[in-house]
Amino acid sequence: MNIVTVCGMGMGSSLVLKMNIDDILKKNGLQANVEACDLGSLTGKMADIVVTTYELKSQVEGKGYNVIYVHNVIDKKAMAEIILAAIQNLKK
Amino acid sequence: MLRELLTNATVRVNVEVKNWEDAIRKGGELLTQDGAAEQSYVDAMVDSVKKFGPYMVIAPGIAMPHARPDAGAKRLGMSLLTLKNPVEFGNKVNDPVYIVVCLAATDHTTHICVMRELVGILADSKKMDKIRSAKNLEEVLCLLQE
Repeated sequence: MNIVTVCGMGMGSSLVLKMNIDDILKKNGLQANVEACDLGSLTGKMADIVVTTYELKSQVEGKGYNVIYVHNVIDKKAMAEIILAAIQNLKK
Repeated sequence: MLRELLTNATVRVNVEVKNWEDAIRKGGELLTQDGAAEQSYVDAMVDSVKKFGPYMVIAPGIAMPHARPDAGAKRLGMSLLTLKNPVEFGNKVNDPVYIVVCLAATDHTTHICVMRELVGILADSKKMDKIRSAKNLEEVLCLLQE
């Protein structure tokens, strides 16, 4: 499973998202390849799930990706609920 | 280590700022004075908000301005401001901002360890409340280094 986190620069909020998602996956015994990238590099990437912030919605939607949006990049608890639900949906 | 980056040279408390741009420029000034970034990097941090919107208001009250390494980052650096008066960055959910952490990194990954430490602090709401209401620099530095 490939998860890509995206932000404007690829080294700020996308990196924090990646770190938190890595932790969430580990805690739940799940495996995935999690990569952080910037908006410009997203096109063409293989991703089962893309995670970014609401503020960047207009830049990410409409590209054919399964995108999850978060408001709070450091709230692991809230993020876990959304991420785990998205992974469950993939399996269906 | 975070304690090497957030020091009495790069942390300021109860800073008065006119608006979000002023907040980023003041945080950026600490980076340039500390030798972590060129002035062009500070300009790029401001431009990134204008270009991408306030996406780096990453959680309620917390902004983490940064720009691409090639915009003028000289080495890994961080600065932290607590604001006297919170400012609007335009992020409807996470505004107003009262803590601004400016980040300079020379590539996309080697600052991961320091980011982990930082996020550990930012996610600790009790500690953040204490940092927000701290009256002086020593108090904040102690809280950051606990």
